[in-house]
Amino acid sequence: MTQHVSDRAAAAQPAAVAAEAGDAIRLPDMIYSEQEAELRSAVRSVLDDLAPFEAVLARTETAQTYDMALWKTLAADIGCAGLLIPEALGGAGASFREAAVVAEELGRSVAPVPYLGSAVLATVALLSALEVGGSGEADQPGSGPAAELLTELAAGTATAALAVPFASMPGAGLEPTVRIGPAEPHDAVGTYRLSGSVPAVADALPAGALLVHADGVPPGLFAVRADAAGLTRAPVVSLDMTRQLCDLTLANVPAARLTAGRQAELTVAAALRAGAAMLAAEQLGLADRALEITLAYVKQRYQFARPVGSFQAVKHRLADWWVAVTQARAASRYAAACLADASDDAAVAVALAKAACSDTALLAGQEMIQLHGGIGFTWEHPGHLFLKRAKSTSIGLGTADRHRASLARLADLPPPGY
Amino acid sequence: MRVTGHANGEATEAGLRAQVREFLAAHDPATMGRLEFVRARFDAGLAWVHYPAGLGGQGLSRTLQKVVDAEFAAASAPTNRPERNGIGLGMAAPTILAFGTDEQKRRWLRPLWTGEEIWCQLFSEPGAGSDLANLATRAVRDGDRWVVSGQKVWTSSAHIASRAMLVTRTDPDQPKHKGLTYFGLDMKAPGIEVRPLRQATGEAEFNEVFLTDVVVPDADRIGAVGQGWAVSTATLMNERVALGAFTFPREGGMIGVSAATWRQRPELRTPGLHERLLRLWAAAEVSRLAGERLRQQLAAGQPGPEGSGAKLVFARLNQEIADFQVELLGTEGLSYGDWTMHRPDGADYYGRDAGYRFLRSKGNSIEGGTSEILRNIIAERVLGLPPEIRLDKDKPWKDLPR
Repeated sequence: MTQHVSDRAAAAQPAAVAAEAGDAIRLPDMIYSEQEAELRSAVRSVLDDLAPFEAVLARTETAQTYDMALWKTLAADIGCAGLLIPEALGGAGASFREAAVVAEELGRSVAPVPYLGSAVLATVALLSALEVGGSGEADQPGSGPAAELLTELAAGTATAALAVPFASMPGAGLEPTVRIGPAEPHDAVGTYRLSGSVPAVADALPAGALLVHADGVPPGLFAVRADAAGLTRAPVVSLDMTRQLCDLTLANVPAARLTAGRQAELTVAAALRAGAAMLAAEQLGLADRALEITLAYVKQRYQFARPVGSFQAVKHRLADWWVAVTQARAASRYAAACLADASDDAAVAVALAKAACSDTALLAGQEMIQLHGGIGFTWEHPGHLFLKRAKSTSIGLGTADRHRASLARLADLPPPGY
Repeated sequence: MRVTGHANGEATEAGLRAQVREFLAAHDPATMGRLEFVRARFDAGLAWVHYPAGLGGQGLSRTLQKVVDAEFAAASAPTNRPERNGIGLGMAAPTILAFGTDEQKRRWLRPLWTGEEIWCQLFSEPGAGSDLANLATRAVRDGDRWVVSGQKVWTSSAHIASRAMLVTRTDPDQPKHKGLTYFGLDMKAPGIEVRPLRQATGEAEFNEVFLTDVVVPDADRIGAVGQGWAVSTATLMNERVALGAFTFPREGGMIGVSAATWRQRPELRTPGLHERLLRLWAAAEVSRLAGERLRQQLAAGQPGPEGSGAKLVFARLNQEIADFQVELLGTEGLSYGDWTMHRPDGADYYGRDAGYRFLRSKGNSIEGGTSEILRNIIAERVLGLPPEIRLDKDKPWKDLPR
């Protein structure tokens, strides 16, 4: 599973255009395999049964905004939690292609489960930390805090979250807002103390462990148990209550170090990049389902004694929407394939995918409401769930604009003044 | 014979290579005339192997054609100059094969393939663009011949063509789609006048064709009387197959020109243009990936409907990129290479200046199906939305408002 930790793309970036141009026609497989189709159908059947829109909507107004019973089914019965985790640690040893298919299905259902935060962001960070080591605590492979946590995640008995603001941009400089403080006299060897705060973290509310990037000499990535003294998680009234954010505050919280120094930064960067690609897949699924629902509606909704879907003003918007989805699908599949293959083009691929899928998801959220007319603007209709998920994911892990801006460096298209 | 199994296919491949080598041994391209050579190649069934025996082929799979072409290319053999007869080879030939009589196939396919007879397409009219079935060119039966009068437009190659795919109205009392009949017209017949149609770019890629009492033998009718719409649709389907079947590298399209200018000319950069360039670069690259994904689906036997959207995206992107480039160039964008009237072989997106591309790309969302018609096609055939309410389907054509 070397793909998780590879930041080779970052090193090879200025040559991205030239490298691709020489060998351009040999693009990776972007179609869905039979196994992926089977995985999709298993996930969809669980979500159809356990996450109807009424239930998803109702849960947004309860204290438990995450559906952890649904997550246990997806994690334990289908194996969604451990897709990216090697078999030696109890996972499925699958790749980002399969992980992207699950993300698409979760986007289709706007289900409130911590897949992105736990099975992608935290998992990739832990795998990366495991691979680079650097904590000095892992006596043998498969032991140490990262491996132990991964085993728990794969089993579906706990979830974890990477403690970064949801709006973090992959590849942008990391400025930790948490500091490493001095250990206390009674602390066991290897215990660190962290203080600071991280706003607007995704999937941290239900998490059993938080992965915190903290500044110090050297800086490091740490695991913090959710029940640790001094840790507070303040729920945020979020734009998207199907992925409720929370503000983290750490006051001298005990933590175990996973990796340190430059490796910690690379670990977080790898997680953010993979997260952006999987979030793009989620957006693709969202846009696809919103289109399906809207198509069904305009075929049966009559005004002026004809289906509203027979009016060109409506048909052309749907045609453009469908075209946008087909383009976004290609970008998303390419990004998943590049991550799975640890391709040198991964950074470009993820930027393209997150930009295209963010724009398409937003289009979908807006068009779903508009083309439903009045009913689409009501609380009872799922249109607003799609719109809110679309908008929040278009900010999460880098806006379309920031991802396109990253192409200035990746594709050698410098801004004025350079 | 049809190639089915893989082993069989390999055997056929080897067999084809042997056939070509045998043919080359008997027909030395160095000593034969070009025309003589390609005629002999046609007669040997090595022209288009998926065509039937006796008509330049051997009834094999279309995918084997590249084996034959590669062997001939390796021998530096003269070609049939396919680039000169794209419409004939891509559209007329499959139409003749599907709807022509045996006599027509024997008479027309050989000179078409060898390039002795260039074909053009007389479809669009001033009053029948998107609404092709509204065409008004009349063909009136007179014994075993027809007399044709009318005006056709947007005909590429009409000035060099010796035959035309012609669709006419033979029964104005029928509803529009039912009263049409299709012909293979001899372009040298009296009463045909071809005039260049000068376009916004200054030159004339296309023609107007005026038909005045042109006599067409009934033996040149393709398909039954009144079957012209079905035959025309088959022709146009082949046009779509021909489009968008190629693959190209990153920055291989027009965006590559803009990216190169951007890198070489830092003094032209502005923040607004930078934002636009990044948008266009990303969109161009995603559309390239989508094209490649479509080809992968086709190769895997999962043909998807995505192809319908490719032309829509291509037209929009081409226009936006060309528009960007003129603006990027500033002062240089204010000049134009050449407004004088001439007759190019076709559109030239890479050999000419930004102003030309800016203007020529405006045709991309009109030619080969307007973007609006393509959206209708996607909406109705891919998304299954209800068709337009039609006022013209059941009334006699002659009673329709126009």
